[in-house]
Amino acid sequence: MGSRGSTLSKIPNVDKLMQETGFSQAHIIRLHDRFRALDNDEKGYLCPQDFEAIKELAMNPIGDRIIGAFFAQGPQQETVDFNSFVKVLAHFRPTDKNRPKESTSPDPINSRTNKLKFAFQLYDQDKDGKISRDELLQVLRAMLEMQVTEEQLESITDRTIQESDTDRDNAISFEEFRKSLDKVNIEHKMSIRFLR
Amino acid sequence: MFLKFPLSYPLRFLSGLITSVLFHEQDWDTEEELNKVKDDGSMEKEIGELRRSRPKRPDGGDFTLSDVFYFSRKGLESIVEDEVTQRFSSEELVSWNLLTRTNNNFHYVSLRLTVLWGLGVVIRYCILAPLRITLAAIGISWLVIGTTVVGLLPSSRVKNWLSELVHLMCYRICARGLSATVHYHNKQNRPRKGGICVANHTSPIDVVILANDGCYAMVGQVHGGLMGVIQRSMVKSCPHIWFERSEMKDRHLVTQRLRDHVNDKTKLPILIFPEGTCINNTSVMMFKKGSFEIGGTIYPVAIKYDPQFGDAFWNSAKYNMVSYLLRMMTSWAIVCNVWYLPAMTQMEGEDAVQFANRVKSAIARQGGLVDLSWDGGLKRDKVKNTFKELEQKKYSSMVVGDDSSD
Repeated sequence: MGSRGSTLSKIPNVDKLMQETGFSQAHIIRLHDRFRALDNDEKGYLCPQDFEAIKELAMNPIGDRIIGAFFAQGPQQETVDFNSFVKVLAHFRPTDKNRPKESTSPDPINSRTNKLKFAFQLYDQDKDGKISRDELLQVLRAMLEMQVTEEQLESITDRTIQESDTDRDNAISFEEFRKSLDKVNIEHKMSIRFLR
Repeated sequence: MFLKFPLSYPLRFLSGLITSVLFHEQDWDTEEELNKVKDDGSMEKEIGELRRSRPKRPDGGDFTLSDVFYFSRKGLESIVEDEVTQRFSSEELVSWNLLTRTNNNFHYVSLRLTVLWGLGVVIRYCILAPLRITLAAIGISWLVIGTTVVGLLPSSRVKNWLSELVHLMCYRICARGLSATVHYHNKQNRPRKGGICVANHTSPIDVVILANDGCYAMVGQVHGGLMGVIQRSMVKSCPHIWFERSEMKDRHLVTQRLRDHVNDKTKLPILIFPEGTCINNTSVMMFKKGSFEIGGTIYPVAIKYDPQFGDAFWNSAKYNMVSYLLRMMTSWAIVCNVWYLPAMTQMEGEDAVQFANRVKSAIARQGGLVDLSWDGGLKRDKVKNTFKELEQKKYSSMVVGDDSSD
């Protein structure tokens, strides 16, 4: 509505943000509106409770982990400012098939590898670069909770590790993770629509 | 009494003018990815596609590392936009209607637009608002005086007729006080005595809108102050149902009183808003089943406001009643459509919840609103765990498959 100038000027480093994330002006404005809508008390940043107030997220079995992905910058991180909010969401921007490949510039946030890394983080909570048997069990428990028995959970975990663990260290490294998802259409499945 | 002021026509012209001024100033982003990525598939479809590259197991159940993609995508989609949170704030307009309140990012665009806007402010605040406030004051005082006077008469047909006359007149004055232009459709389905009128709720003004065209028995809590005065005088001329705060907690008492009222066929139809809270008029949320357990005929009514002329939604978290009414009186106008739907009764083998959902769908369909099963109470409360368990259950059937002895 010709009001772009004023919103964009309120955001610090917006050009850099747009460059890093690849979002257009319209995207940034839309996300800023959403950020402000989620920020009930007009604090200027978001805390975990603001995310927990989203009803559809509250019923997602791994809702807590997704929220955790926003607060993953440092160990006791309790707030998310707009720039970090956008950077995390940028992982799910659809990949630009038309972008010229420049071998010198770093991978864009929404590249296949970075999308995979984001998913890997959801599993690897202690960030040691491997999904241990225990971590996998925890994710399964979160997604299935009361619906299956503990034995079933354990056997599924063991089976999954067996399938993907090529170097037999009883954990799944990022490379093994990537290899086992080779045939999955990540670009499509890990992308969402940002504008209405 | 007053000539119907055709506000809607000059305003529609104005709205057309604004759209033409603004259209070339907007640059619509065309996102090709919009078409590529739109995916409202079910859990089975989505996870099935993720697993497409793997061989199917004999028992149909499987777990893959890629399953988490489905949940993380759903989660992030809900962070970017979700069905429920947006219902509790005012609807976003596609094109601006010259009210600052609907343009969150107000910014200088062009001289032409600012002049138009300034003119609008002058008209709304200096001409329209004082007129409207005067009218509203006249309406309310006449309501109190009129109903008290009528209340002095002994019970008779004359009293009922006079009471209806007084009520209608006062609500019409109040409606003028808000510059409300209402179009009533299907008047033959208008609620009759001994019935229950059920409508979607957007603001306290809904009452004024509906009462302009018929007389209803109101249901509500006893208030203090000005509202209390109005309530007490209204009940003198014809029976309304006001509950004390303590009585509201006793569901049986409430249902019984409503049932007694409905069974008395000489009494006016009750007006109830089953959503229990104000929603922003883009959707209809869960109807509380209490009203549908009373028995009696339900007359559904759909109310849809035209957001171009003023935002009627009362965001009770942001504005109190007085500031809300002032905002209403400084909008362009309240334009709305009211559809009377054919009467419905509970069918054989249908319980109250199913009946409530049936009525809700009918109202949503007529008003062009989104039919949601979410509870309006979510405005203030947290989601119950049962929703999460449902998702987990659905997913578990995909993991464990038909053979549960894994």
